Amino acid sequence: MQQRLNLRLTDTSLRDGSHHKRHQFTADDVRSIVAALDGAGVPVIEVTHGDGLGGSSFNYGFSHTPEQELIKVAVETATQAEIAVLMLPGVGVKDDILVSQDNGASIVRIATHCTEADVSVQHFQLARERGLETVGFLMMAHSQPPEALAKQARIMADAGCQCVYVVDSAGALVLEQVSERVEALVAELGDDAQVGFHGHENLGLSVANSVAAARAGAVQIDGSVRGFGAGAGNTPLEAFVGVCDKLGFETGVDFFKIVDAAEDVVRPVMPDECLLDRMALMMGYAGVYSSFLKHAYTQAERYGVSGAQILVRAGERKLVGGQEDQLIDIALELSREKVR
Amino acid sequence: MKAAIVGSGNIGTDLLYKLLRSPVLQPRWMVGVDPASEGLRRAADLGLEVSVEGAEWLLRQDELPDVVFEATSAAVHRANAPRYAEAGIRAIDLTPAAVGPYVVPPVNLGEHADAPNINLITCGGQATIPMVHAVSRVVPVSYAEIVASVASVSAGPGTRANIDEFTRTTSRGIEAIGGAGRGKAIIVLNPADPPMIMRDTIFCAIPEDTDPDPITDSIARMETDIRSYVPGFRLLREPQYDAGRVAIFVEVAGAGDFLPEYAGNLDIMTAAATKVGEEIARAAAPEPAADRHVTA
Repeated sequence: MQQRLNLRLTDTSLRDGSHHKRHQFTADDVRSIVAALDGAGVPVIEVTHGDGLGGSSFNYGFSHTPEQELIKVAVETATQAEIAVLMLPGVGVKDDILVSQDNGASIVRIATHCTEADVSVQHFQLARERGLETVGFLMMAHSQPPEALAKQARIMADAGCQCVYVVDSAGALVLEQVSERVEALVAELGDDAQVGFHGHENLGLSVANSVAAARAGAVQIDGSVRGFGAGAGNTPLEAFVGVCDKLGFETGVDFFKIVDAAEDVVRPVMPDECLLDRMALMMGYAGVYSSFLKHAYTQAERYGVSGAQILVRAGERKLVGGQEDQLIDIALELSREKVR
Repeated sequence: MKAAIVGSGNIGTDLLYKLLRSPVLQPRWMVGVDPASEGLRRAADLGLEVSVEGAEWLLRQDELPDVVFEATSAAVHRANAPRYAEAGIRAIDLTPAAVGPYVVPPVNLGEHADAPNINLITCGGQATIPMVHAVSRVVPVSYAEIVASVASVSAGPGTRANIDEFTRTTSRGIEAIGGAGRGKAIIVLNPADPPMIMRDTIFCAIPEDTDPDPITDSIARMETDIRSYVPGFRLLREPQYDAGRVAIFVEVAGAGDFLPEYAGNLDIMTAAATKVGEEIARAAAPEPAADRHVTA
């Protein structure tokens, strides 16, 4: 059975990749990546600190170059692509959204933990009043059943969100688990809002999960060229474009051009490849927020404990995105246990 | 001193129990807007006069409170504040409205005892700003950042609708009362079940060559000061020193007055409000009232 689907793709390497790059993007990095993706026909490119607007901090890591400067460079460079920004209520504030709009961003993506959608209401309202396109991110979507997720999606849609994403922040969802969640959101939202999917590669399933999401009714799909994202990386966008070509899904992105962009432009900006290694697998298996990876490495080294154990304990404590500070506490706990 | 609580959500209800235990404050009225409010029901059972017509009703009464504790939202308090002032009622503001000066009891309680309106910043601010101050009274703090993690069930609709006000008001408090050159606040809601006890991390940027001992000592003294009115407050770990930065880890367990122990975020706010209210009452009447309104 051949389905004809039109998908809108968003590349997140200049936002989710910020975690892998430890927030050290330069204006030149942004210029070269945006030019390459824009040239390949990627319709939306997200540019922000990994933890969203205002994320530059002790807790998440300070930006090398202020994100608003990077957003400006991206907007100046893009000829057809729209520039999106991410914001997490509780980290960023409404003023950050307004500044990014002044700098030319046209899409704001507002992310909450998938049980806390009501903290985003004031931000969606503001964004819509200002004429911004809106996307909602329900993070750590593996942790809630489809019906609960759909209720949270309804809160976002009622606040003015135009597309609610099932966000597999931990890379923990497996095929049908994606379809069921996407279907529940489609059924709940109907024509009120679109549904999207954001994957991670921590169990090696991001491309397959994205196909499952599209078949279940998601019309916006995220990826990062070369997988450049947190954890084992995001859905490698060039691979997903190739798969869409094979399946007859329309993306508007040129496969050969985006493959070249991945190899020639994006890879040189990456500190190293995003790997499906032991640490990343722990995250997918234990359901841990992908952005914790680099922080776990840092604390493991600082306190001489196992990074994998830090991640497993983060899963046991049910930490959510944003609680990077608690990884220090876990590392201290582990180092104390070692002494005893 | 006769007191009224405006706002019958989580914070107002938790405050009710603390005021009932106070030797100098007499909670007489509690008003809200939600007829189904659990807080109003409890207040009525405990002998307070209650209404769902909010501050409007309160200000229409023949007898008025001396002090009102506002636990609504920033927008509501901004509207109510001038009316309390007009009626000569002192206001202790538990919203992030910041109409009056900021007060964090272990840092500047005495300074504003005569102010008509006192603001308590935010729960995260009450838990962390004293620690920023503990560092900045020893060495210059060019930047301080706090991360407050609270249990989802302890964050009511007011907090959720006003999350930006939380981060902005806390940031300003870190600067104005904590003494940091620049402040940043982050709040994270965690839905884990059983609910997590409130945790806060305080990061302060300090000069690279600083001797850590006087800072660690100052932090420990501040812990003792806070514990005198919030017994569930404690340092989780020794302060951690890395290049140009100290990190302080605290936990705030609540007294379990309204919500269970995990809701330390309510407790530290309502304990601070009670302490400020008592200070005002003592300043106004040196002879403390002998009779307790209710013994809890």
